[in-house]
Amino acid sequence: MEIQKPALAGTLESTDAQVSVEPFAHGIELSIESSVMNQYGRQIKATVLETLERLGVKNAKIVVIDKGALEFTLKARVECAVFRSVGTSEKNIPWGGLVK
Amino acid sequence: MISRPKPQKNRLRRTMMFMNAQKPGLIKDAYIYGSDSIILDLEDAVAENQKDAARFSLYHALKNIDYGNTEVIVRINGLDTPHWQEDIRCVVAGGADGIRIAKCESAKDVKLVEEHVLAAEREFGVEEGRTILMAALESPLGIMNAYEIVTASPRMFGCAISGGDFRKSMHVQIVKGGIEMLAARGQMLLAARAAGVQCFDTMFPNIDDMDGFQAEVMQNREMGFDGKSIVSPKQIRFVHETFAPTKKEIAYAEKLIRSFNEQADAGVGVYTVDGKMVDIPFFEDARRILALAKACGVYEENL
Repeated sequence: MEIQKPALAGTLESTDAQVSVEPFAHGIELSIESSVMNQYGRQIKATVLETLERLGVKNAKIVVIDKGALEFTLKARVECAVFRSVGTSEKNIPWGGLVK
Repeated sequence: MISRPKPQKNRLRRTMMFMNAQKPGLIKDAYIYGSDSIILDLEDAVAENQKDAARFSLYHALKNIDYGNTEVIVRINGLDTPHWQEDIRCVVAGGADGIRIAKCESAKDVKLVEEHVLAAEREFGVEEGRTILMAALESPLGIMNAYEIVTASPRMFGCAISGGDFRKSMHVQIVKGGIEMLAARGQMLLAARAAGVQCFDTMFPNIDDMDGFQAEVMQNREMGFDGKSIVSPKQIRFVHETFAPTKKEIAYAEKLIRSFNEQADAGVGVYTVDGKMVDIPFFEDARRILALAKACGVYEENL
């Protein structure tokens, strides 16, 4: 998927994460801010990068503000932000396919 | 692959607790409170511009959280919105046990949902017929059509009245004693019992008014409801205690069943127990009470 416009998903509430994506020309630029950075920073990074790879996102600038989200919540927020940026978040989501 | 056991139409549903499907902090441990069912809500709890995000969140929650014996129902958006079709795809693909149809008004509504559920089961390789349905009746028309609604599909396991919307359409407020919804509750109960499905009362919105809540729950039980929608874990315990058969009811049911077996062996159909006439319907009801007592964990014998 190709990031087409800036998009945001998630909240800053506890156990949630806010993920924003925007178009970028040179690969993936990821920045993470987390309330549990020391313990889980590496895991958060791995989950975000895996999710982007699964969605076929090769170029994007991504900012994650994590408030202690579980792994599947983080995935859900990244996916929603990417689908929103492409304008296809409302219908015919490939549940169990690209989204899993 | 769906790891949850196949949903059962008939099971214990004393409490059905609403949870906002968009809030990860809520849904991640929804099952620990011990309500019989949880209702993950895609409808009123989720803002119009977050419906898509709620589905992503819901899908992963369904796939990742072990809800154990807690039944997982999802309330989908109304059929007059642009959201319900994708809601159904998400819910079926995620493997929820069932769907609560919001603002249901006719058999046609149920059949439309059923058609889309079946299509989603085929699309996502889910066993056909697995996903069960219930209707929320929120308008006078829904109540008038309760019987055709609950008999519209073999997937239907019950119906519930939604007090908020219903009272607005009737131009009434909550009244102590419940007279404002007496006719609607009664009519819905008749329809559900006639169809052999379960019947649930509306949630009680004022979480801090425990006296008002308890009075309503006791009335629910006296009227014959199977359970109640709830909005807070602190409402669970009282409902579970109130809907469980009392010691006295259990003792009487046991006595009936024992005496019935003796009388039947002797060729007697109608007779008296404790000075009251009893016959076969009493016996069937006694069986029901003991089964309910067992399910509620307050009875362990095998009669």
